[in-house]
Amino acid sequence: MAERELFYRPNRGLAVYALGFTALLYIPILFIPLFSLNAGLYQRFPLEGFTLDWYAQLFTRGPVFDALLNSLQVGLSVAVVSTALAVPAAKALSRTVLPGKKPITGFIMLPLIVPGLVFGVALLVVISRLGIPLSLYTVALGHVVICLPFAISILLPRFEGANHSLEEASADLGENGWWTFWRVTFPNILPGVVASLLLTFTVSFDEFIMAFFLSGTDPTLPMYIWTQLRFPQSFPSLLALSSLILITSFALVFASLWFARLGRTANPINR
Amino acid sequence: MIQVRNVSKSFGRVQAVRDVTLDIAKGEFFSLLGASGSGKTTLLRMLAGFEGVTSGQIVVDGQPMEAVPPHHRPINMVFQNYAIFPHLNVRDNIAYGLRRLGLPKARQDEMVAEMLEMIALPGYGERRATQLSGGQMQRVALARALILKPKVLLLDEPLGALDKQLREQMQLELRLLQQRLGITFVLVTHDQEEALTLSDRIAVMAKGAVVQVDTPAGLYERPKNRTIAGFIGSMNFFTSTVHRQGAAEVAVEGLGRIGMNGHDDGRPHGAAATVAIRPEKLTLTTQAPGGRAVEGVVQARQYLGGRHMLHVGIPGRETPVAVALQDVGADMAPGQPVWVSWKDDAILILDAD
Repeated sequence: MAERELFYRPNRGLAVYALGFTALLYIPILFIPLFSLNAGLYQRFPLEGFTLDWYAQLFTRGPVFDALLNSLQVGLSVAVVSTALAVPAAKALSRTVLPGKKPITGFIMLPLIVPGLVFGVALLVVISRLGIPLSLYTVALGHVVICLPFAISILLPRFEGANHSLEEASADLGENGWWTFWRVTFPNILPGVVASLLLTFTVSFDEFIMAFFLSGTDPTLPMYIWTQLRFPQSFPSLLALSSLILITSFALVFASLWFARLGRTANPINR
Repeated sequence: MIQVRNVSKSFGRVQAVRDVTLDIAKGEFFSLLGASGSGKTTLLRMLAGFEGVTSGQIVVDGQPMEAVPPHHRPINMVFQNYAIFPHLNVRDNIAYGLRRLGLPKARQDEMVAEMLEMIALPGYGERRATQLSGGQMQRVALARALILKPKVLLLDEPLGALDKQLREQMQLELRLLQQRLGITFVLVTHDQEEALTLSDRIAVMAKGAVVQVDTPAGLYERPKNRTIAGFIGSMNFFTSTVHRQGAAEVAVEGLGRIGMNGHDDGRPHGAAATVAIRPEKLTLTTQAPGGRAVEGVVQARQYLGGRHMLHVGIPGRETPVAVALQDVGADMAPGQPVWVSWKDDAILILDAD
């Protein structure tokens, strides 16, 4: 009891640390939307008044829309492909009797910690050796590699939390493995699939390093931003664009986390 | 209907089921009774096809089962936690197994409606499965299995999650349903009372092996060991020794020597044994009766609804002897000296364990 109280007592020092930590993470990012609404061309204090001009200007730039379209195409395909690949992988990894399960899981999760630069260069070498021209396809390929661990880490708990007697019940009622998957397993992991689609889309949509190495002539949105950084006049509208990307990404990640948890706590049958 | 022939199952070095041989007749309500770890669930899962047999053979309706996957067996199962599909409503849960049969939609609806009628949940078709109570889920699980008209229905602790009152009601419903449908039911349970009230026959399992297969009355009258003897009702156990000098007898703690007569199962002279006597096979009198009797003193008296249980202390035995009586005079109060007597056929001779 005493121990419990010790651990659950409010801890002022810890609270201050947590606040400081959060501030350090988010305050620099908050400058982006702040300056995107600033009337001045340069990012400095004092602010020179409120404006939405930079946002309006975005709509007049054709290349922004081309880049956005490219990013959407890549993001959607990457989300679908990496989630589709992750579903059977996570299902296999969730089996209790898979030999070498831990090393395999570790291996699949590797892209999370290998620097994007290393992967980018490695893929570039392989792709150019094979004589494949760089394009949005090669960007998507790179993105699938880095998105797979995200997809698997979202789907794996879904499979592991699944009630295996549901699949046995399906088999018992006459359905084979294929139909059991589509009639029982898939509907029960569906929130995880949606979460994985949202997260992998976001990761791809925001990704720069792979795109930098593997794009051909068509830039993704982060690539476009990078190429425009040289021009001071366009910087405020880049901030506006970045703000929009930021907000969208936040929304998608929150939605993804919400879906990932959906039905995992409230369902009395899935205990 | 089901023949289990020398079936064993090992998980690695652990032997979960050892050399089990059973015959289950068509239309029988058969129970596998045992504590957790006795192998009863493993045996049931082998019948369903979720586990393969390590050795031996299972034959259902004349057809050997080893090459038949679960989804092709003429067997359906009610799972321990019902395994109701949480993403489907009640109707789709019940109709789940019908897809493969390719019946017209109208016929399917008709069958589901019949099932809902049978489980006394008409109009529940559109309910979400997650909104059902434990007892309702249990019924839906039953309907989902029975709609496929299986030759055998397996029930894995189907009533374990229900409270006592509902459990007793469902026991009766299960029994009536089974008698009406004439389907072979195989029930797994750790609850002796449940097995005894429901079953035609019971296989008592311990440590992976079948200890005794008998009717409920058989288990009551002719238990093979102390554990089974203690399953239902009360039982007096006496530490005893076999004597074979002269007549075949057992020296029973507190009761003296008793002739084995029809109970002689060839135990050697000097062997330790347990003698068991049911409380209702003992009689109490205040006067010395004609035959064999020992003198004791009433220590406590309990009313058990319709009958009385008297606990009588006798010399040479620590635990009082329990005696069940229908009618007891007011004089049978604690402190009353009494004579305890029994008929020769009242005794059971079991292993000492």
